[in-house]
Amino acid sequence: MDKTEKEKALLAGLAQNDTGSIEIIYREHFQMVKQMVVSNNGSADDASDLFQEAMIVLYEKAGTVDFELNCQLKTFIYSICKRLWLKRLKKQGRFVYIDHMEDTVLVEEETEEHEKSQADFSLMEDALKKLGEPCKSLIEAYYIQKKQMQEIATDFGYTNADNAKTQKYKCLVRLKKLFFAQYKNT
Amino acid sequence: MEDILLIDAVERFLNGEMSPEEKIYFEDLRKNNPELDQAVVEQSIFLQNLGKYSKQRNFQQALQNVEGKLVKEGFISRDTPEPGKVVFLWQKYKKTIAVAACIAGVVSIFMSSLVGSVKTTKNEAGLTPLVVKLNEKVDAQVAKTKNLEGKVRDLETATPVAVKQRLESKFRATGFMIDAGNNYLITNAHVANEAKNHLIVENNNGEQFTAKVVYLNPENDIAIIKIIDPNFKKLGPLPYNFRKNDANLGEQIFVLGFPKQEIVYTEGYISAKNGYQMDTSFCQLVTQANVGNSGSPVINKNGEIVGVISSRETNDAGVVFAVKSVNIFRAADNVSKKDKKENIKISGSNKLRGLSRENQITKMSDYVFMIKGN
Repeated sequence: MDKTEKEKALLAGLAQNDTGSIEIIYREHFQMVKQMVVSNNGSADDASDLFQEAMIVLYEKAGTVDFELNCQLKTFIYSICKRLWLKRLKKQGRFVYIDHMEDTVLVEEETEEHEKSQADFSLMEDALKKLGEPCKSLIEAYYIQKKQMQEIATDFGYTNADNAKTQKYKCLVRLKKLFFAQYKNT
Repeated sequence: MEDILLIDAVERFLNGEMSPEEKIYFEDLRKNNPELDQAVVEQSIFLQNLGKYSKQRNFQQALQNVEGKLVKEGFISRDTPEPGKVVFLWQKYKKTIAVAACIAGVVSIFMSSLVGSVKTTKNEAGLTPLVVKLNEKVDAQVAKTKNLEGKVRDLETATPVAVKQRLESKFRATGFMIDAGNNYLITNAHVANEAKNHLIVENNNGEQFTAKVVYLNPENDIAIIKIIDPNFKKLGPLPYNFRKNDANLGEQIFVLGFPKQEIVYTEGYISAKNGYQMDTSFCQLVTQANVGNSGSPVINKNGEIVGVISSRETNDAGVVFAVKSVNIFRAADNVSKKDKKENIKISGSNKLRGLSRENQITKMSDYVFMIKGN
């Protein structure tokens, strides 16, 4: 496989939550990002956090139908990380210029989309937290872990699947209210 | 209960789980019932969000697994033990208060890593040191044009300048002459500390000269450096002198420094006699200070140096802290005591008093330098 093909396969893997692909990307590109962060006032922890965030951006992109990476994966990851890192530093009132250690491409759009989706993400996270138990676990079991109603009923001690389903709906109504209360404010 | 029935119907509709007849009936109902239509739209937005949320959560789980494995292998190192999975992401993505809290935390980490040992006993979260980190390529370009101007001037005066290799700098701040006879300058300790390998000073014409650190006092954030470059031509006696007592509250001051690749003038006043958290080595000013202003001289209208810019309050860009000028004398004394070879004579005779501000600036600007290094 040539490089482009290999990277295509990696992205496809990423979109499927394939840990093998994730690991390969980590091994090939993490040190580069770490070097950038550490030589620009960041710690090893910052580097790990930043890399995770870049992976989420990549995951978001990889999941869209018409996504095509028109540069090397390395360049894309570096550009995203650099952009996000600069933003982070700026938020702290520190204006820092990062040397171009690697080639970069314009990633404004990607990072902005990412920020929007992260805002939505945290809204949902907040709403779920406010929802409390057992609703939170119930919703997560159904919508995130994609468990069957029968299984959920057993796990949560409901007499049957229908009962579990009713409970899930009740929780969902409350979650929706919590979510939209914030969502409409943004 | 009605809500639940509605959600059930909407969910089945959106998931395509309705029978054709039911679907037609439902769509018909939706057309004639704006409330139902609204519910469908809402539900679909909500489910989309929930769907995205759950996808990302699952992906993050996968990321954590891989990272955990790589940390175990030693491929990735974490400074701190990994916080609980969910907590870590809350900290990061929470929009409002949590973000602020998280950033405040990060700033303090930053400060200690950037300022190094500056007042390590104090909480530095509220302070921003004003050194700028550089992309030297951009800077070099500006300097090049400046060099060109310089060269044209040199041709006219027929004194060619040796072309030197320019240093790739990692930061820029400000410093100024305190002993023109022996080429000593003052700047901040947090600036001098940035120069791990090379330290240079650069004048407003873009000419660079090698320097070395002769004294560091992180407590007062003061450093004395000396130009050791044989190409540096001694300047005439200092046109300014140094105030030995505190500046007065409300005293008008001005600042010359290098927040960019050329000298910048700003005005302000002394707003408090002590610095951040009542630090008596510092005073507080209201002025515009930007990154790169670290080490800038603070001068009163009579041409007396009253302080050296050090940092500003993180949350309030107008509140600036400067080391009181008396500390410059103390630093010079300490150097002379420690090392007989280094003999600093702080002897400025004031030639600025009574001059117009423009003339004061012109006379001073040769004595203010960029401090760079890597």
